[in-house]
This record gives sequence, structure tokens and C-alpha cells, in this order.
Amino acid sequence: MLRSLPERLLPTVLRRLSLIAAGALIAAQLALPAHAELTIEITGAGANRIPVAIADFGGEAGVARALTTVIRGDLERSGMFRLVDPGSAALSESSQPAWSDWRSRGADALAAGSISAAGDGRLEARFRLHDINRQSALGGAAFVTSTPMLRAAGHRIADVIYEKLTGEAGVFSTRIAYVVKGSGRYELHVADADGQNAQAALISREPIISPAWSPDGTRLAYVSFENKKPVIFVHSLASGKRTAIANFRGSNSAPAWAPDGRRLAVVLTKDGGSQLFVINADGSGVQRLASSSGIDTEPSFSPDGQFIYFTSDRGGSAQIYRINAGGGDAQRVSFEGSYNVTPRVSPDGRSLAFITRRDGAFRLAVMDLASRQTQLLTDSQKDESPSFAPNGRMILIATEVGGRGVLSAVSIDGRIRQRLSIPAGNVREPAWGPFLK
Amino acid sequence: MNRLQVRTTLPATLTAAVFAALVAGCSSSPTGPEQSGAPVESRTGVTPVVAGNVQGNRLPAELTDPKSILSKRSVYFDYDSFEVKAEFKDLVAAHARFLSANRQFKILIQGNTDERGSREYNLALGQKRAEALKKMLVLLGAREDQVESVSLGEEKPKNEGHDDTAWAENRRADILYSGEF
Repeated sequence: MLRSLPERLLPTVLRRLSLIAAGALIAAQLALPAHAELTIEITGAGANRIPVAIADFGGEAGVARALTTVIRGDLERSGMFRLVDPGSAALSESSQPAWSDWRSRGADALAAGSISAAGDGRLEARFRLHDINRQSALGGAAFVTSTPMLRAAGHRIADVIYEKLTGEAGVFSTRIAYVVKGSGRYELHVADADGQNAQAALISREPIISPAWSPDGTRLAYVSFENKKPVIFVHSLASGKRTAIANFRGSNSAPAWAPDGRRLAVVLTKDGGSQLFVINADGSGVQRLASSSGIDTEPSFSPDGQFIYFTSDRGGSAQIYRINAGGGDAQRVSFEGSYNVTPRVSPDGRSLAFITRRDGAFRLAVMDLASRQTQLLTDSQKDESPSFAPNGRMILIATEVGGRGVLSAVSIDGRIRQRLSIPAGNVREPAWGPFLK
Repeated sequence: MNRLQVRTTLPATLTAAVFAALVAGCSSSPTGPEQSGAPVESRTGVTPVVAGNVQGNRLPAELTDPKSILSKRSVYFDYDSFEVKAEFKDLVAAHARFLSANRQFKILIQGNTDERGSREYNLALGQKRAEALKKMLVLLGAREDQVESVSLGEEKPKNEGHDDTAWAENRRADILYSGEF
């Protein structure tokens, strides 16, 4: 659909947006104190942003404003759109747009809608998306929601708009997990992709690393040091029920879900050395996957479940290898430089995100798996823990700015950049969750 | 009549043992069991469970006396190295001798790294350091099952700084005796 709209070349500009506040209505829903909120600032945008207008929705003004604020924030933050001033007149899904007026405002697309009571305290949000140049409707949708879930409805609408205008699925309704380090305190948080609605899934005095979402988005696997050594847990987010699935003698770490959600690849040292094993999600059926005399760690399944990519020093330096998920011989994947770690395959299986050391700096890189061409996406010093958005458009990493741990989302072409941080806090170990089922 | 019924009807007759059991059972609850509304008769006695070592460390003086070599518990490593350097051989040999003479003792070796690089890769590097130390202890007389080697990677830096001095201090394996972990 992107191709049906004229692309307008815009210079990449440094933009700063503080998107914490979306109305008192929303703030009241937050479970955590204000200091725990992630704020997002855009530090780079796409070159060809689609000019889109999101009209004020019809319906009760306060609710409609809260909804349109979410939609506009999502689209703006994605770096794929330029928001066109819609004026102040509310426009519902059934209104006929004044085509020439919107064209003169510079909009290629217009979303209009309304929110109304649907009985039982529920709300119904409806909207329609218009192609201004073709003077035709591109689609629309209706979502039944409730006041506490108003933001979720906004994210769903933004997802539809994103998909209609770019041709790929939106990720505004997804969630992210990350670890916040306080003084002597570690919290594993789960938040909406825009950083809102942050909730602590686990609070501990000891470090928490390597969170990994189950493919259905209901559980997190992670490594906790609460027993004075690394132990792998699987944690159901809704119930808070957690199970130590790997607590063998030695260290237990680096959990990676298989795409079927039933098994995980893990790193155990029970037989000496850090070695790859597979284990069922309930902790049963542990099996050795590979053998080396050195370090094998950081396993990651390809989305089709066929391969496991991992880091190994078997060749003398830390490099990325891959092995058939059923075992067998490993093939080396990375060759440039002496330190390439933390491989993560893109959702389409075509590229590999990883961290590479160049001149002493640790930077995010992406390799095209077919051509083996590698592109550096950042110029930072301490990138780590890359995690793809489920649509493959952005990669979330942990990095450092001014000595503080922050998260950064970088588009796969390196142009679009967002920074997610907590004021005066240290954020690390991000993991982008799957699409909402 | 069970203990809890005694408590609710005749509080003055509480014995020290019953009191201890009750404290263990409800110490975290500001409102006692009486306010919870559940029938008193359905409650069974409380068996206190002690998790971990709450007695403090009662290690022999030779392990803690600053004049004893056994009070030295840290072995430092060079950058990207897992080799136990010659300067630590006496320390390692002393711990091996102690473990060999005191088979009831167990130790945990925690390997550590500096902050540079991937957390999981550093966890594996710390493991290599812990295992190098374990290997030497076993060679010198400790029994395999007396020694567990684990890694904390870069997660628990002794020195929170970000320079060469801090990093050198954090490339380390620590020996902890039973009761210390």
C-alpha cells in the first residue's frame, strides 16, 4: 500500500517527544510509581515518512482525545509517518472528508472515527482510513473496549493504520520486557511497546538477566541469581507462578524458546564447560545438543525451528555458529573481527542481528544471511542484547548513554531510532514480545 | 485439644515452644490468625522450617583469621585469561589441603568477569575461571563433590568503576565455604 501513496522525501531530523502523559484517565491505571515509567524519545526518523492526518475522533471529548493521543503517538514514534495537523473539527468514520481541503494540508491519508458507549460500561471505537489522493476508503475497523483498556484499543487502531499504509503488520499492541536495576534491587518489568502500563513481574535483590518471551506471549523464561548462582525460571505472567526449570549443579543460563513453545535451548555447565542443551518447558527431558571443548552459549532458534544460532569460542575467538536444531556439526557464520556475539534471527529468517566489537566498541550489526553482508547499525560503545520486533522492522537493544543503561530501538536500515529510558534509572536486558494473539 | 486451641482459649498457659511455633507461623502477618475468620479447629500445628543458614557463620578460625592464608579467598585473572597465576598457587594449595583434611566441608566457587561484552558470554567466561580453579583444587586433593563452580559473570562487580583498575578487580574467582552462600 505504501507504493500507492506518493512518497515525500523529508530530511531526517532530530526530534524530541515526551510521550509520558496521555491524560489523567490513563495515569490512574498505572500500577507503578512515576519513576518507573519508560519515556520514549525519537532520535532519528525514516527518510520517506508518509504524511497522515488523524482527525479528532467523535464522541465524548475526553475519551476521544485520550484515544487519538495514543494513535498519534504510536504512528509518530514509529518514524514511518509525519503527522499532518488535522485542525480542530472532530471527524467520525461516517463523515465524508473534504478531499481538496485534506490535500491542501498535505495529507496522503486520513483516519477519522468515533468512540461511543456500547452498553455494560463498554466502549466501541470505530474508524475509517481514507486515501486522500484516490479519494477512496482504505479500510476501517471497530473494536469493543473499556475505559481501562482504552489505550489497547488505540494501539489496535494504530496497528491497522500502520499495516494499511506500509504493507507490514504493526507492533503497537505488543509488549516488551526489560530489567530495571536500582540500588541493590532488580525488577523484571513488562510494559506496552510504548513503555506505558509497566508492571513488575519479578522483584529481586539479586540480578535477573536474559528474559525471553514464550512464543504465545504468556510466559517469560529468564535467569535469576536469587540462589547465589544462575538458575533458569519459567514464569507465567498472569498467575505469577514460576518454576525453576534448570537448577543443575554449576551455572544455568541463556534460555531460548523453540518456536513450538514446548522446549527451550539452554546453557548448562553440569558436565563441565558452558554447553548447549535442550529441555522441556516444565524442566523435564534435558538433552545435550552439542559438544565443544570451549564455550557454547547464547542459543537462538531460527523462526522455522530448523537451526539454532549460538556464540562459541571453539575457533579461538567469540564467533557465531549455527547447528541443526536436532544436533550435528556446527557451521561458522561470522568471520569479521574477533568478537561477534548474541545472534538473533529476524522473524522472516533472512537476517541475523548480533553484537560486534569494533575498535573496542560493542555495536549492533545486521547480517544478510544469504549474502553474508554485514551492516553496522549504531555508533555506540556498549550495545547488547538485541531483540527483533515481531514484524522485523525494529531491533531493540540495551545501550549506555551518559553512563546510564537505556534501551534503544533501531530500524533495520539504521535510520529510525528511539530511546527508551527511565529518569535516573538503569534499564537493560530488553526482550520484544510476540504479536498479540 | 491441639496447641492452637490452647492459645485461643488459654493464652496465659502458652509454653515457650508453642509460642515459638506460632511466631514462626505468622510472623509476617500483622493481623493474627484469629482475625482471619477461618475456623480455629481446622488449623493444625505449625512446624517451623529454617531456610538456609540463619545461625551465622561458624567456620573454624583458620578459615577466617586474617593471619591464615585460608582467609584469602580471591584469585585474580588476566584479561581474557583463565589461567590461575603462579602468585595464587599457595592460596589454592592451602584450600585444597583444608578440603582434603575436612571432607565434611564444601565450597562454592563464583567466577566473575569485567563488564565488557555480552552478559551471557561473560557468564560463560566466569564459569571457565571458576572451573580452572576447581580443577586445580581437585588436582591438589579436594574431592570433586566438595566443590561446585558457578559464574556470576559481570553481574556482581566488586568494584563498580569503569576503568582498568576496576576491571582487574572484577576478573576474579571467589571461594565461599558452606554457610557463606
